[in-house]
Amino acid sequence: MRPFLALIRRDLRLALRHGADTLASVLFFAVAAALFPFAVGPAPETLSRIAPGVVWVVALLAALLPLERAFAADAEDGALDLLLLSPLSPSAIAVARAATHWLTTGLPLLVAAVPAAVLLRMDPAALPALLAGLVPGTLAMSLLGTAGAAIALGARRPGVLLPLLVLPLMVPVLVFGVAAAEAAAMGASPRPHLLLLGAVLALAATLAPPAAAAALRQGGG
Amino acid sequence: MLEAAELAAVRGERAVFAGVSFQLAPGGALLLAGRNGAGKSTLLRVLAGLLRPADGKVLWDGTDALADRAAHAGRLAWVSAQDAVKPGLTVAETLDFEAAITGGQAGPGLAAFALEELAEVPVRMLSTGQRRRLALARLALAPRALWLLDEPTLGLDTASVARFGALAAAHRASGGMVVAATHLPLPLPDAAELALP
Repeated sequence: MRPFLALIRRDLRLALRHGADTLASVLFFAVAAALFPFAVGPAPETLSRIAPGVVWVVALLAALLPLERAFAADAEDGALDLLLLSPLSPSAIAVARAATHWLTTGLPLLVAAVPAAVLLRMDPAALPALLAGLVPGTLAMSLLGTAGAAIALGARRPGVLLPLLVLPLMVPVLVFGVAAAEAAAMGASPRPHLLLLGAVLALAATLAPPAAAAALRQGGG
Repeated sequence: MLEAAELAAVRGERAVFAGVSFQLAPGGALLLAGRNGAGKSTLLRVLAGLLRPADGKVLWDGTDALADRAAHAGRLAWVSAQDAVKPGLTVAETLDFEAAITGGQAGPGLAAFALEELAEVPVRMLSTGQRRRLALARLALAPRALWLLDEPTLGLDTASVARFGALAAAHRASGGMVVAATHLPLPLPDAAELALP
């Protein structure tokens, strides 16, 4: 457990010292969400109808931004070899990296989702359901995205490959996440959708780390 | 006892070397020589278990070393041509992290390469030679049976080369082995040499 926590602590420390990189995805989220009122017009009924979908799509795209570098920096400077030779299993390395990604990207996006939802005139009744859905949604994104980053490692254009690998896998998360918020806005219970989101997260937590581990091992040869 | 039997490696569809065999007894040192591109670094990656050999075996005390890669990794200290240090961390933070993941203490690492006065300096402020000293300092964190080194003394001043020599001598005196790829003379007395064609 000590090596695992040490890796997360180091990655968090590096993320804080390179604060601009860490803030970039939240700023992207805020700017992209703020573009929608300009694009579709400020009419509250139009905006509030598309608000959950916009928050979700923009959050997923924003979470994708830092993933390209999730393993690339360590692969370039040789630190990944050292990690692969450490007592940490490749799965543990992937889980630690996913945890760092969630803490530095998923969590700030959750906070930023509140003003974005207000800006988009989302029904306040839907806000708890939106956030309750974003928690497992961003966690699944971190896990699947880390696996995608491990697979895209060494590709000539990882920035292009990564969205193509990860975003199709995120479709179920998007469907249930938006459905939860819309159900709450219409006065129905978001619970079934949130449970399905939990199921998707459980699946991602089971499948993503071994996939990332296999890719990391393969990357070394 | 480390033994390589008829090792061959392929990188990107291209054969890098084939038929490489050697034996290294406890306390021994092996220098890998050869022109650029002969496969010295690739051979080190194969010996570390980072790259699967296309053919042949790596044996540790007679048994296949790469069958249990985690156990094999536990015997190794690895210093590649890249320093693998993060510009955003200080020297002390780097060694504390390395000690935490590999097991061991940061103190001996700082002392072995006289890094104490640089302890609070961020890695991005270090010179090339100072970064190399930091990379080599991980050899002193915890005792490991086998050191795999790629150009360990590149960029080091003479005092640091001597410190490396003393550390390596102590390591070999306690039965440790060293395999080093280098073009520079290393302070490793009676080291065997393996020339890659």
